[in-house]
Amino acid sequence: MNAVEVKNIKKKYGTKKSGITALNDISFSVQSGELFGIIGPDGAGKTSLFRILTTLLIPDGGSASVEGFDVVKDYKAIRKRVGYMPGRFSLYQDLTVKENLDFFATIFNTSIEENYELVKDIYSQIEPFKDRRAGKLSGGMKQKLALSCALIHRPSVLFLDEPTTGVDAVSRKEFWEMLQRLKQQGITILVSTPYMDEASLCDRVALVQSGKILSIDTPEQIVASFEKPLLAVKSDNMLQLLNLLKQSEWVEDAYPFGEFHHVVMKGEFKADLSAYLSSQTSAFEMIDANPNIEDCFISLMKENDE
Amino acid sequence: MIIANELTKRFGDFTAVDAISFEVSKGEIFGFLGANGAGKTTAMRMLSGLSKPTSGKAIVAGYDVYRENEQIKRNIGYMSQKFSLYEDLTVKENIRFYAGIYGKSNQFIKEKTERVLKQLHLSAEADKLVKSLPLGWKQKLAFSVAIFHEPQLVFLDEPTGGVDPVTRREFWHMIYEAAAEGITVFVTTHYMDEAEYCNRVSIMVDGRIDALDTPQQLKKTFSASSMDEVFLKLARKATRAAD
Repeated sequence: MNAVEVKNIKKKYGTKKSGITALNDISFSVQSGELFGIIGPDGAGKTSLFRILTTLLIPDGGSASVEGFDVVKDYKAIRKRVGYMPGRFSLYQDLTVKENLDFFATIFNTSIEENYELVKDIYSQIEPFKDRRAGKLSGGMKQKLALSCALIHRPSVLFLDEPTTGVDAVSRKEFWEMLQRLKQQGITILVSTPYMDEASLCDRVALVQSGKILSIDTPEQIVASFEKPLLAVKSDNMLQLLNLLKQSEWVEDAYPFGEFHHVVMKGEFKADLSAYLSSQTSAFEMIDANPNIEDCFISLMKENDE
Repeated sequence: MIIANELTKRFGDFTAVDAISFEVSKGEIFGFLGANGAGKTTAMRMLSGLSKPTSGKAIVAGYDVYRENEQIKRNIGYMSQKFSLYEDLTVKENIRFYAGIYGKSNQFIKEKTERVLKQLHLSAEADKLVKSLPLGWKQKLAFSVAIFHEPQLVFLDEPTGGVDPVTRREFWHMIYEAAAEGITVFVTTHYMDEAEYCNRVSIMVDGRIDALDTPQQLKKTFSASSMDEVFLKLARKATRAAD
């Protein structure tokens, strides 16, 4: 049995005429024990999808199940089995760290002691501050407390909605290390993120944009399916270089990519492009590049627009 | 464009910004990086004339941050992900509102509005409410509004958070163009690939600037293959808890 099964889910907000389609016929499944990433920018529909799967929002069409239970009919059974960490910090700011965790444990008829082993790795990091009010915690500590509260009833499926948004690179890395350890305990994890580089840390990912799935596969397979030649080019005048590349007849797409510009070629025209650039600009460096998830996302987004 | 010398801000016995010194030259794209809680926002507030330093010196756009903070505000632009445009005003009304605050003439506003909307391919949306626009368009519009009054310097506080990868790059293309026109760009970001787009980058750790150089030189100094690695190496040393 799959932990999560989503079939043709649709969700629209607003009136028929001027509404916004948040989810446009989405289907996918997540296996038990998988770490599954939903990768996409703001407005892709990530939060709507999570709210439907955690039974907080009713879809307009299609069906979905979590651990075999229907998200509409069996909402009570699902609520017992899932943990949910919303994108916005939603613990009680006026309760202390320990009171918050106690509260969530009690709601689910359990206690901190009973499931301490499961949250220990994360909770022990904030335990020195257990008498501090949640509202007075730093961003990173709030995040750890929210994750502890989502875990304290030992859920079998965990939904994390953008846990790393606005978090700096160091804390992001630590958070993903925590997720890897949770996965080893057999918990199915669905995590959404706007950071493309986090895709490689998931078993499988769905790339989403404007309510649609662009691609769904292992990160390795998504990267492998990028078929066009990709070059990386740089020079002293990156703006001029970008404009030159965009004008070239051999170039399908060119965009800044870190230190270089990435150039998606229409075919094997490296020598032609090199000659063209030599005639237009003095010094430049050109090398073959390996695509990553972000290159794939950009290419899929543009295909989808056409 | 910016000269900061031992610039410091204390809140009680907490030193948020600890004697930072650096210079930013005209037309430069300057990346201002640091972990959450490192002191970036406090430093930016001092440089934009919103907060008085505890000690140290800073001259921004030729004006002193202690005595001439009103002139500073007039000569800079500011945009952040959190606050930029009024959702319940139309595209045109937002431009008019901001340009009006900066005292631009009706004639100037009228002519430039048309030009800017054309560049953004937003002419057809001029009378639509900002809240009806997709996030990416909003952010591009917000940047255009922040530099509409032709400031010498613009502060961008995490301008591309949550924006899709295509729009993020279109946004940077606009930054390059603004810099080429002579506008100095002071930008913070959590995307380390964007740090590479900057001419120079500073990295704040615990209120101090621990590194400042071109991205190429920083990678060399810290024998790192990417700015991400440089950042991790420096930020890991932090002892201060994040905000």
